Amino acid sequence: MSEILVDIRNMTFKRDERVIYDDISLSIPKGKVTAIMGPSGIGKTTLLRLIGGQLKPESGNIFFDGKDIPRLSRNALFETRKRMSMLFQSGALFSDMSVYDNIAFPIREHTNLPENLIEKMVLMKLEAVGLRGARDLRPSELSGGMARRAALARSIALDPELILYDEPFAGQDPISMGVIVRLIRSLNDALGLTSVVVSHDVPEVMGIADYIYIIAEQKIIGQGTPEQIAEQTSPLVRQFVNGESDGPVPFHFKAAPYREELIRKTAFTNRKGG
Amino acid sequence: MKQFYLLGRNTIATISGIGRAVILLLSALAHVPNPKKGFPLLLNQLYAVGVLSLVIIIVSGTFIGMVLALQGYTILVGYGAEASLGPMVALSLIRELGPVIAALLFAGRAGSALTAEIGLMKATEQLSSLEMMAVDPLRRVIAPRFWAGMISLPLLTAMFSAVGILGAHLVGVDWLGVDGGTFWSVMQSQVDFEKDILNGIIKSIVFAFVITWIAVFKGYDCDPTSEGISKATTATVVQSSLWVLSLDFILTALMFTK
Repeated sequence: MSEILVDIRNMTFKRDERVIYDDISLSIPKGKVTAIMGPSGIGKTTLLRLIGGQLKPESGNIFFDGKDIPRLSRNALFETRKRMSMLFQSGALFSDMSVYDNIAFPIREHTNLPENLIEKMVLMKLEAVGLRGARDLRPSELSGGMARRAALARSIALDPELILYDEPFAGQDPISMGVIVRLIRSLNDALGLTSVVVSHDVPEVMGIADYIYIIAEQKIIGQGTPEQIAEQTSPLVRQFVNGESDGPVPFHFKAAPYREELIRKTAFTNRKGG
Repeated sequence: MKQFYLLGRNTIATISGIGRAVILLLSALAHVPNPKKGFPLLLNQLYAVGVLSLVIIIVSGTFIGMVLALQGYTILVGYGAEASLGPMVALSLIRELGPVIAALLFAGRAGSALTAEIGLMKATEQLSSLEMMAVDPLRRVIAPRFWAGMISLPLLTAMFSAVGILGAHLVGVDWLGVDGGTFWSVMQSQVDFEKDILNGIIKSIVFAFVITWIAVFKGYDCDPTSEGISKATTATVVQSSLWVLSLDFILTALMFTK
């Protein structure tokens, strides 16, 4: 396997008393597109926030290029974050700025480049996502797909080493989905980035990922290249990949026995009425 | 038993809330500002927080001055003391009504807007994305808004009192016929700079601090949902109003009792 950029070792993360990740380990190789898949609500976005240092794990290590993210000082963490960027599900464009200013924002914040040079950089990033014509629009004037592409242009503004994509395909029409799939792959290869894609859209992920981790029930339940994943026999992986409504991940949310609850409800109503 | 549990839980929540608010304020303000980047941000916020509150402050100030003059005149004229209308209006405005009503209006107009704006930035992940871009949202978003509030409210209070006195002049002198020279000269001799004006300014600075602090904290700390933002906005107005009124009593007791 090639060089590792992000290495998560024996990481446990709890939210209040609820365990989100139980002692998981995974590694993200440099220059590849790695996908993290799993059902909604299991904390895939949380994993990205852990890598970005916005959340701290209960125990374990998260190494980014050898630096242990949870143990960095605030200043060191901010320095490290300059080398990564995150594409949020909502795009998270600044609503009080034009598309152009949004993309110029990180460049203006972190460099002292003259404005004419910034303009050239911004135009190049906009060209890469096909939105050069939308430079003067406000984020509220963009469609969902365009907003995500503009946000993508902003996240590559400072040529990061790592991009974290949070559900990049969610809520997209087939055309913009195709555009984003193409962009993730081509940006990764053209700029030599490392990409982490968190998603539950199986066909899209299988199409672009070099390596896939499937997470469910606080653990990694399957991993491998798309071909290996497609051939896995584990019932949990099969259920997820084939989108079956019932199986090891049950259709019903954890609850008391149905019959018992119905009887108890009736008794309660009677008591209240009488 | 449940009552004890709730009491304990609410107490802990309140104390940890105060702790978070203090940490927020200290981390937002404890740094050397970069004038080149910070000044344009401050100017923007001075416009949003201060200039946009001007209309409500000036209109309210004028009407309150007019009402004070009308009420004061009908009482004072019974004792033949209408010459004291000027200082009565001026002292009420400068010592009490100016700082308090301007602060209450400011909480409703600017405080709620600050909370809603910051809350919405949180809900739409704009604050998170700033963090991930290695830009500290406390410095970039919170600090300029806090300073804008601290600068705006004392100035708005001064304008409120000034237009209030002009409104009182309009009613008392131009309409009800109090002598203009008496109105101004008795006011001048009765209003003391240190005792009245300075204390009024101190009050408005304290109120500005409390309101802006509550407003930015409630926005930053809210649940990132539409319900959370609406709750936070309401809490900003209610809590800052209560704080303003109770602090006003304490400050008055300290400043004006002998």
